[in-house]
Amino acid sequence: MKVGVVTFPGSLDDRDALRAIRFAGGTPVPLWHGEHDLHGVDAVVLPGGFSYGDYLRCGAIAAHSPIMAEVIDAAHKGMPVLGICNGFQMLVETGLLPGGLIRNDHGSFICRDQTLRVENTDTSWTNGFEKGQEITIPLKNGEGGFIADRDTLKRIEGENLVTFRYLGVNPNGSHNDIAGLRNDTGRIVGLMPHPEHAIEAGFGPDTEHAMKSGTDGLIMFESLLKQVVSA
Amino acid sequence: MAIIVIEVMPKKELLDPAGKAVLGALRRQGVEGFHEVRIGKRFELHVDGVAGEEHLAQAREMAAELLSNGVIEDVIDIRVEDSPA
Repeated sequence: MKVGVVTFPGSLDDRDALRAIRFAGGTPVPLWHGEHDLHGVDAVVLPGGFSYGDYLRCGAIAAHSPIMAEVIDAAHKGMPVLGICNGFQMLVETGLLPGGLIRNDHGSFICRDQTLRVENTDTSWTNGFEKGQEITIPLKNGEGGFIADRDTLKRIEGENLVTFRYLGVNPNGSHNDIAGLRNDTGRIVGLMPHPEHAIEAGFGPDTEHAMKSGTDGLIMFESLLKQVVSA
Repeated sequence: MAIIVIEVMPKKELLDPAGKAVLGALRRQGVEGFHEVRIGKRFELHVDGVAGEEHLAQAREMAAELLSNGVIEDVIDIRVEDSPA
């Protein structure tokens, strides 16, 4: 299975995302923001970083870049898409996911190992979790405050679109502690924390068993591969 | 030469952390007369010659589609200004 990762000018976590796909057993395919070619991939990851300097708004210029025309088109046809951090910001800017992401309410960049509750396992990217499972993966952003107007928030909750919720600490003032969302089909998921940084023991968050041994993030990439194999 | 000015502000009901930080800075300067600061954006689209209806139509379209995000921001003004140059 071929999974593309788009590199934009200013992407930071594209290499980690490619590596996570390889660790999960997939074939990672680097994609370039300036092309109109998805190279036949079966799914796409929009990685973290500061695309185009995050000028205008976070993810806004990337959302209008050449490759995104193909990503949006394929996403509408059912191709799975995962947006991580800056990628999540792109997904809300394109309208593929509802709501918006604004500067953290405390005004500071935050970097921490963040505990989340998996609220929805009915997605291409979370079917390997158990519903309600608590996971810990790194979070690092300055503009991760999820907001939506009252009607949109009601729809998001009513249609079970919340996929991850912050546990313990709400690190950025997100409405309803929302850390990640899915679309109505569950093929498109976006989240602010970084699963691709928690895929290999020795380099992940601390756990009760050992330092830096957390690999909860790998399950997201394995979820995608498992689903396609069984489909 | 003309300039089309587009002003965008964060929605009123949303917290503006950048504005809040500036309000704090005002207070630390001893300025107490203001109870809120909000920070928006001003775009200047420069036109050679006269800004026509077509330029304005494009500016309106781009203001809505690219220069602002209607979920978090409002376009509060689009107007033509003569360039001093």
